[in-house]
Amino acid sequence: MAEAFRTCPTTGLKVHLPAENLIKANAVAAVVFLAIGGFFGLLVALTRWPAVHLLPADWFYLALTAHGLDVLLVWIIFFEMAVLYFASAVLLNCRLATPRVAWAGFVLMLAGAIIVNVAVLQGQSTVMFTSYVPMKAAPHFYLGMLLFAVGALLGCFVFFGTLVVAREERTYRGSIPLVTFGALTAAIIAVFTIASGAIILIPTFLWSLGIIQHIDTMVYKTVWWAMGHSSQQINVAAHVAVWYAIAAMVLGAKPISEKVSRLAFLFYILFLQLASAHHMLVEPGVSSEWKIFNTSYAMYLAVLGSMIHGMTVPGSIEAAQRRRGLTNGIFEWLRKAPWGNPAFSGMFMSLVMFGFIGGISGVVMGTEQINLIMHNTLYVPGHFHGTVVAGTTLAFMAITYLVIPLIFRRELVMPRVAKWQPYVFGLGVAGISLFMMGAGTLGVARRHWDITFAGAMLPYDYPGAAFLMMGLNGLSAVLATIGGIMYVVVVVGSVFFGRRVEGPVELGPPAPRGVAGGSDLPAAEVVGQYGSAGTLKIPGTVALVGVFFVCFVLYYFVNWKYLSEIWPLR
Amino acid sequence: MPESEGKPPVEGDGRVPFMQRLLDNPFLLLFLGILVPTVFYLLWGIMEIVQIPVAP
Ligand code: HEM
Ligand SMILES: [Cu+2]
Repeated sequence: MAEAFRTCPTTGLKVHLPAENLIKANAVAAVVFLAIGGFFGLLVALTRWPAVHLLPADWFYLALTAHGLDVLLVWIIFFEMAVLYFASAVLLNCRLATPRVAWAGFVLMLAGAIIVNVAVLQGQSTVMFTSYVPMKAAPHFYLGMLLFAVGALLGCFVFFGTLVVAREERTYRGSIPLVTFGALTAAIIAVFTIASGAIILIPTFLWSLGIIQHIDTMVYKTVWWAMGHSSQQINVAAHVAVWYAIAAMVLGAKPISEKVSRLAFLFYILFLQLASAHHMLVEPGVSSEWKIFNTSYAMYLAVLGSMIHGMTVPGSIEAAQRRRGLTNGIFEWLRKAPWGNPAFSGMFMSLVMFGFIGGISGVVMGTEQINLIMHNTLYVPGHFHGTVVAGTTLAFMAITYLVIPLIFRRELVMPRVAKWQPYVFGLGVAGISLFMMGAGTLGVARRHWDITFAGAMLPYDYPGAAFLMMGLNGLSAVLATIGGIMYVVVVVGSVFFGRRVEGPVELGPPAPRGVAGGSDLPAAEVVGQYGSAGTLKIPGTVALVGVFFVCFVLYYFVNWKYLSEIWPLR
Repeated sequence: MPESEGKPPVEGDGRVPFMQRLLDNPFLLLFLGILVPTVFYLLWGIMEIVQIPVAP
């Protein structure tokens, strides 16, 4: 039994080797599908660039379907499985419950992902990743989705099982560490997500086989979004956990208050999933009470959760940096942060862009009235590239730079490429998000092949600025793709050809002895502890949060103003 | 500076505070996390949809 573990020389954590292998397998599968899905994303963006207009219409919609599926579902969920196994078995110093079930889950997910890709590439399943009925895909499209979902569900069960094992074998004291709690939040939301997916996709699968005659489109859309939206909230919970993990491992940062951060996660568990209703805001047949309760009253509690994390993550970094003696002015801690360390820079950009781009636009768009300005325009993909790409994807990329030395035990190849990667990708994604939002504000539709409407019966002329936005979006897409390729090259190169790491690795700037996590632990060990920084001296963070609120409020009111002009009350 | 190292706070009489007991119980959280959206989003939403009269 004993030889199933090794002790990590950097973090002091006991690593269960079967868990480690599962983390590796899931991470590798994730990166492969990110590469495939990212390639389709580039094709889509180049087609929407009017001067290039790369693909013919049928291929455009096929590529768009494949893009959404491969990146939103496959890349992210494979990576999340790795996060779940890391946050349970590794952080709790215990064995992973039933590695065999976890492997079965992995195989199902892989098989499902391959089947879905084949179905889409065969051309009979160009239904977008939302697969709204009455559009009908080939039966194996739904089958692949179901297999993938069942596999992911097994992964969640293994996570819960591991929590039980850790408690029974007393491998931790008191409460689970915050990163594990964040992963727990993600796993809880995942169970609801997958159950909703099964409820709607099983009948749809039978319908595509001809066994069921009719699926109601409204019910489909409602239940589908219980899956489609909630899965985005798995991502939020997971990438917030990743932010805390990176801050802890690189700088020894502890949350300002573990209690408050846990409460914020509780808000996620209770309320985040209700926001699914924002996808139904213009739907007839459901009442305004239902829409507004789910997208406003309840939802703002979940937004409050995000704002708490948005404050405590940089706050914990500030507190840790100040402990290390960077106390001059309000921003020395930020100026002298390890900006050359891709784990840190990626994480911090993820935090900032998720808040400023994805977060603000999300709250604006989730407001029933203002939603009318941009419903189903390119503003929507603009918004969610700010959340799921700048936020989740960039955070996952950032933690990869820690996973490679700690779990794969390889040194990074091409450290200079790695150093620049988060900036190139981050800049590209910021561009994609902002320019798509700009085009959407001008009315450009999402999922649309040709904004010139050449040869259409009812022509329409978009303003020249819309064409400019689409061109800039294309350029940003090229930049983001370069950043994505840099990531894949560094990861694949390191995993296969990196020099083996023996002994401890330096994850962040060295700290004066006894200072790291506010205790005598080496910095990285903090990630597996329950405990708070116990200080509120974070003036820099307070200033940043102030800027955020000003932007938020201004942008919110600008949109109300805009609405009143589009739809004047006389 | 208060340090809560490894052991979360326990009230003077040794009883664990309510919120902490909730947050330390993953299966109760799982139950709540499924119950709330099922009731407010799924059931309420679907009930409204099925009440739409069918066109004659
Ligand atoms: C190189 C990076 C990427 C580029 C250039 C890119 C570009 C685009 C473009 C241009 C669209 C089409 C918008 C439309 O016509 O409606 C799109 C859609 C989408 N993208 Fe990306 N994207 C990238 C990465 C990602 C990643 C990493 C994710 C998820 C984690 C993602 C998720 C999505 C989703 C879910 C859609 C919507 C598909 C649909 O409407 O069915 N993208 N992307
Ligand atoms: Cu949503």
